[in-house]
Amino acid sequence: MKLIKSIIKPFKLEDVKDALSEIGIEGMTVIEAKGFGRQKGHTEIYRGSEYTIDFLPKVVIEVAVPDDIADKVIETIVKAAKTEKIGDGKIFVIPVEQAIRIRTGEQGEVAL
Amino acid sequence: MSLGLAPFLFAQDIDPSVTGSGDATIEAAEIPAEAAEEEATLDSGNTAWMLTATALVLFMTLPGLALFYGGLVQSKNVLSVLMHCFAIACLASIIWFAVGYSLSLTPGSGKDWIGGQDAFFLQHLTADSLNGDHPETVWIMFQMTFAIITPALIVGAFVERIKFSAVLLFSGLWLVVVYCPVCYWVWGGGWLAERGVIDFAGGIVVHATAGASALTLAAMLGRRHGFPRNLKPPHNPGMVMTGAAMLWVGWFGFNAGSAAAADTSAGMAMLVTHLSAATASLVWMLVEWRKTGKPGLVGIVTGMVAGLATITPASGSVGPLGAIIIGASAGIICYYACAFVKDKLGIDDSLDVAAVHGVGGILGTLLVSYLGWKGELGGLGINHETWQDQMVIQAQGCLAAVALSVVATYIIVKVISMLTSGIRVSDDDETKGLDQASHGENGYSLS
Repeated sequence: MKLIKSIIKPFKLEDVKDALSEIGIEGMTVIEAKGFGRQKGHTEIYRGSEYTIDFLPKVVIEVAVPDDIADKVIETIVKAAKTEKIGDGKIFVIPVEQAIRIRTGEQGEVAL
Repeated sequence: MSLGLAPFLFAQDIDPSVTGSGDATIEAAEIPAEAAEEEATLDSGNTAWMLTATALVLFMTLPGLALFYGGLVQSKNVLSVLMHCFAIACLASIIWFAVGYSLSLTPGSGKDWIGGQDAFFLQHLTADSLNGDHPETVWIMFQMTFAIITPALIVGAFVERIKFSAVLLFSGLWLVVVYCPVCYWVWGGGWLAERGVIDFAGGIVVHATAGASALTLAAMLGRRHGFPRNLKPPHNPGMVMTGAAMLWVGWFGFNAGSAAAADTSAGMAMLVTHLSAATASLVWMLVEWRKTGKPGLVGIVTGMVAGLATITPASGSVGPLGAIIIGASAGIICYYACAFVKDKLGIDDSLDVAAVHGVGGILGTLLVSYLGWKGELGGLGINHETWQDQMVIQAQGCLAAVALSVVATYIIVKVISMLTSGIRVSDDDETKGLDQASHGENGYSLS
């Protein structure tokens, strides 16, 4: 099993969610986050005073999937989240040791 | 026209023979005086409007100004700002009842700089007491809402770093030492009123005093950590706009209510108030658009406040064209005043009280001399024969109010610094935010 953690632009959330639903992904966790990479922050101006904003709003999507479809999920997310402009985000893939469905106690891939 | 504010007081205070011939002050004072003597009966229409206007002006502070200021600070300080405005509203009300009304608006037994003591704790008051043709109770309440918003305006100077105890002590003392005398000078029949100053709804009494005191206090209190280059931006511009819009609506009560009647003067005051606000908003937006490349929401609503503060002293004297000129001047001059105070003076008057209210109030107080003059710009008339003569007394009024504000604020801050062992919170508390540090509450939580 793999945990696929994608940091994307917030306005791409709907597109990514729809694309994942289309390939049969039935659950995900979404976290509103802030951060910066090569894009860095930006400046805002209020009443003539300039403010530097280091952390930009981002959305983190976490999906846990069986090993055999991980590549397809990654490909789908990349395709849906890409704008080809700086700040599109990153995907991290993390091995998952165990998954447990709390309601039934089922373990392993059936719990995903 | 500001003389019409307290007709029955003027009946006792003004001796026409003192004021010199050809002075419009005399006529303005004589007519209400006769009216008060001959038919001191209640007019239900005027009373209804004054009741309404009173509610509108309180609405300016609670929650209008509180939200306007609350949205401009960091999220960790939002509650402290709402708390400042709310607590000041309560405190100012009690002080107004105890001594404020008496010192501000009742005859000063011969003194021309401060009112009398006979109305302390409103001991003179009966349910039947009239002020002109509306109940004195309503007049006390209407004026109380002005005494509430004026110290609340100063909150913008000291946000995010002041001790709460210092807020209460400063606001209470300031009301008695600065607001009450200036209110008496202008509206209570004091020396400025005798010289025919025009301040319809508080350019001098409210905005000049608040602005000058804010600048003094901000300079004494010191800058916020990170000022000017590493500050966090306003945490909720939407809240700023919500509060500002409430200020706009409430300002109809502030200015049109200052006619003290539901009459043509009130109608014109409402029209010119609205036009000035709209013009100043657009002009500020355009200046900002040109200067920074983008027209911002915080900018347009700040322009609105500048336009409203600037028309305030003039709203009983200018016509629609004058209002447009006042609004446009406010939008430009107050915009540059913000940068002047923060960048050139280096004073962290955090929410621009001096630049917007102080500069706006003084600007309007001066402009009314010319724009109120009966000429091609549609002025309704001034108290002196020439606008130059009027301008002199207007400038005297501003200077006197600013001087008292600066000196008294300096002394009050020195005194309360001793009482509170420093009016500023610790560095740790400033970093933590006043919501947690001073009030033990949180504006926003995750669940």
